[in-house]
Amino acid sequence: MVKSIVKVFTSLRLTVVCLSLGILLVFFGTLAQVNEGLYNAQDRWFRSFFVYWSPPGSNFRIPMFPGGYLIGTVLLINLIAAHIARFQLTWKKLGIHITHAGIILLLAGQLATDILSKETQMSFAEGETKNFSVDPQSTELVLITDSATPDQEKVVAIPEGMLVRGGEIRHPELPFTVNMKAWHINADVRQRAPMVDTNPPPTTAGHGRNITLIPLTEAKKMNEYNVPAAIFELTGADGSLGTWLAHGKLRDQEIIAGGKTWRMTMRFERVYHPFSVELLKTTHEVYRGTDSASNPGGIPKNFQSRVKIENPRRRESREVDIYMNNPLRYEGLTFFQHQMGRDELDQARGTSTLQVVRNPSWVAPYAGCAVVGGGMVIQFMMHLVGFIGKRRAS
Amino acid sequence: MNKWLPWVIAGVFGAWVLGTLRMPRDKDRAVTEFGRLPIVSNGRFQPIDSLARNSLLQIREKQTVRLADEKRSLTATEWLMELMMNQPKADTRKVFRIDHPDVKSMLRLPGKDRATGEDGKHYSWNQIKPSLEEIEKQAKRIAQVEPAHRNQFEQAVMKLQNSLFTYMRLRNTIHPEDSQNFEADLQRYLAGVESGVKAFRAKEAGRDHDETVLKEFGDFANRFSIMVRMDTPLLVPAPHPERSRDEWSRIGEALLDVIRGQPLPFAVPAYAKMATAYRQGRVADFNKAVSEYRAALAPKFAPELKKANREYFFNHLQAFYKALLIYIVAFILACASWFNMSDVLRRSAAWLVVVAFVVHTAGLLFRMFLEGRPPVTNLYSSAIFIGWGAVVLGMVLERFYRDGIGTVVASSVGFLTLIIAHHLALSGDTMQMMQAVLDTNFWLATHVVVVTLGYASTFVAGFLAIIYLIRGVFTKTLSPATSRALTRMVYGIICFATLFSFVGTVLGGIWADQSWGRFWGWDPKENGALIIVLWNALILHARWGGMVKERGLMNLAIVGNIVTCWSWFGVNMLNIGLHSYGFMGAAFWWLVAFVASQIVLIGLGLIPLRYWASFRALQGAGTKSGDEGLPDARPAPTSA
Repeated sequence: MVKSIVKVFTSLRLTVVCLSLGILLVFFGTLAQVNEGLYNAQDRWFRSFFVYWSPPGSNFRIPMFPGGYLIGTVLLINLIAAHIARFQLTWKKLGIHITHAGIILLLAGQLATDILSKETQMSFAEGETKNFSVDPQSTELVLITDSATPDQEKVVAIPEGMLVRGGEIRHPELPFTVNMKAWHINADVRQRAPMVDTNPPPTTAGHGRNITLIPLTEAKKMNEYNVPAAIFELTGADGSLGTWLAHGKLRDQEIIAGGKTWRMTMRFERVYHPFSVELLKTTHEVYRGTDSASNPGGIPKNFQSRVKIENPRRRESREVDIYMNNPLRYEGLTFFQHQMGRDELDQARGTSTLQVVRNPSWVAPYAGCAVVGGGMVIQFMMHLVGFIGKRRAS
Repeated sequence: MNKWLPWVIAGVFGAWVLGTLRMPRDKDRAVTEFGRLPIVSNGRFQPIDSLARNSLLQIREKQTVRLADEKRSLTATEWLMELMMNQPKADTRKVFRIDHPDVKSMLRLPGKDRATGEDGKHYSWNQIKPSLEEIEKQAKRIAQVEPAHRNQFEQAVMKLQNSLFTYMRLRNTIHPEDSQNFEADLQRYLAGVESGVKAFRAKEAGRDHDETVLKEFGDFANRFSIMVRMDTPLLVPAPHPERSRDEWSRIGEALLDVIRGQPLPFAVPAYAKMATAYRQGRVADFNKAVSEYRAALAPKFAPELKKANREYFFNHLQAFYKALLIYIVAFILACASWFNMSDVLRRSAAWLVVVAFVVHTAGLLFRMFLEGRPPVTNLYSSAIFIGWGAVVLGMVLERFYRDGIGTVVASSVGFLTLIIAHHLALSGDTMQMMQAVLDTNFWLATHVVVVTLGYASTFVAGFLAIIYLIRGVFTKTLSPATSRALTRMVYGIICFATLFSFVGTVLGGIWADQSWGRFWGWDPKENGALIIVLWNALILHARWGGMVKERGLMNLAIVGNIVTCWSWFGVNMLNIGLHSYGFMGAAFWWLVAFVASQIVLIGLGLIPLRYWASFRALQGAGTKSGDEGLPDARPAPTSA
């Protein structure tokens, strides 16, 4: 029994089966990106143990294909098991061992990246300073009030997951409970027009009374993000405070409860840094004469942000340029030039978005590539030399 | 004789190529001289000839204009000269290629008719003009539809709309399209600017002014600003080349700047002189105006003139087109050599491939030199480079085995990739400037080159497998020795394909990590490359595990063709992700056809051996064999 299990896990046949399944998974996962969106498809197909399918209109999920994690894990076990079972330290096998060691390193590195890395964004206009970046993939409902100490605020942030789940949300600091009424994964808002919008407004309190909510389909393209909307009822000690609408485009709304004024807003989840970054200058160059009606904006030649880093802890203050293919690595984070634009209110003022990535295992692919490449070169060169030698001899 | 024939054949083709190296001398009008003038278009310096060729390729899908009535062709530059300087004549030329029947009937265009000289494919501006409004109306609606969701009619309308834009842009490049004597117009404009501005100011202030002066001035200003709005190419050299060489401008801009008190750049009267002389048919005056302008450029714009001359020569060389023709001849000779087993034919074919390869390489290097970049910068150049890499591998195989197989692979892949490149060139300038993200010679030279070599070697393995199948099933030429040799070749090439595609793919990940912080983003192009790596790894492991023998290896290698094509073109058609810079719709059916052909071949490969012509021939000769490979195929090595 044990013997046959070992035999299965060390067999080349299993390798070939896993590789075939991997190819099919990557192929169908790529096709799925067209309809499901880049991120959804990645989560469903590649970052999962099984790809599930739910019959339309039902709640149960049927696993229909092994997911990326499962195939990767089995391949890894197969690889390690085969090497333990058949390990021979001979020169002839050297290249194969090195190649497979490199592949283990690559797979492990990718797994670590999947678990440990965090991508956020830092957007600012020229002259602005930020000490946090935001995760545009997740939103939080934030309630802010003055705290006992001046200059400091009391912030209660409700993460997206809780809002999606719905039901009643309580927090010891909040003088009211939040009762979720509706959640839209992606929506837009516009001012109600008196003659056009005859349906009742979405809420009974706050900005929602003057707003028409337009539910949108989920964002599916690269660099398109959802702007969710939440409708909920607040209930204080003296009863209902009405229903409220929270949406990323709305200004702060004031809620008076428990003798205090709270500001409520929906925003991207923030990650704070122990240093600040000031955007000094943006440069956006386009090749001369390439902007036309069919290609508005032209062919970009250079995007560049000059920023100033202030780190009080290290008493560091310096300026640096971030541009395409030249990121800034600082404090375990990497800052990449991501997008560039103009301030909506002041066209003379440039804006810039930096992609901020924390990825402790970023070295793994560099090392893995070198090891695998080296291993293959050794192995195939030995084949080639042997082949040429044989031809010479014959 | 037989000994020398290969050399003679190669020599003839070599001489043909060398013979076309000489630049054409202008006999009548200074077409070459004009075509070599430097301009800026698509954000880069180029000769007028490149603008002409690329525009004509886009509009007419050819680099020349056939004139049915005059029994000759216009070169691209001749056509552009006419379009820029003698618009009424140009408007009668049938340069718009329209294939979609619904578009033709919507525009009420005539079908094929010998009597009237209509070919049913090409139409002139004058024929399309009455329907411009209809086209605009349709295009406006279609613009709302996402490119990936447009049907063939909608794509055809958008293509026509783009061609019309290009045409109108070129019509207004030197002077307003309705100007009949631009030299005289320019003089009147310059003479009237001062009084025109005065009259305008007076009108603004509500004072007395000369209405006719104001009207003429306003008229000019209007027509010039239309020129600017058309996004015409930049013909006017940078005013201060010692400070910045990039600040070229449009003739319309230079004309309007005069109102703001700027001096008129010398290029404008020079082009005006050319235009009027051209329009009035004064050949000698036109030639003189061109050479005077070249002389005026010479002192300060020597690098641009040189660049334009070189690119003109490159255009004239048409290296890839010539290489393509020689590959076809080599392919036919090499295939023929298998049937009469003539070594003379085989050697002739092998040497022809060498000649074609030299021409191919010269074109590739010249392009790199012109662009100042590594060989692959876009889809077009990837086709040229994949062909080049495959030809190298094919020649190496021929050198080792001397059996015509390497030559057939080299010539067929060389020919096919150059055909693909030719069609990719229809979408416009193939030397367009690189987007900021891609603007890094280091990664273009490493990731792109290595991954492209991975494509090339996977294709070579696939084509070797096709030769195995076709020769085995249909001919009696697949001897046990040949089949063994082919197996070794396929196995060896797949080893290299695995190495190149793996290293190339991971280098791509590292580039992505450098430019947007994500080593692996599951982007369709990345996934495509990953599939190639996995597929090659699968073939190797299946072979090591003894799961496939000769025939299985060949069938798997043909699947490699499908996998590579998917990664090369298929994913670009999905229109998502960071790599979708080169979207292409029409090629979809070609991809489908190619995949279908490969599936048919695999089907052939699955036919039991006893039906194979080569196997039957052997059985007739009394050799025994099982069903898993040709007679004395040795058992697969079972290492690993």
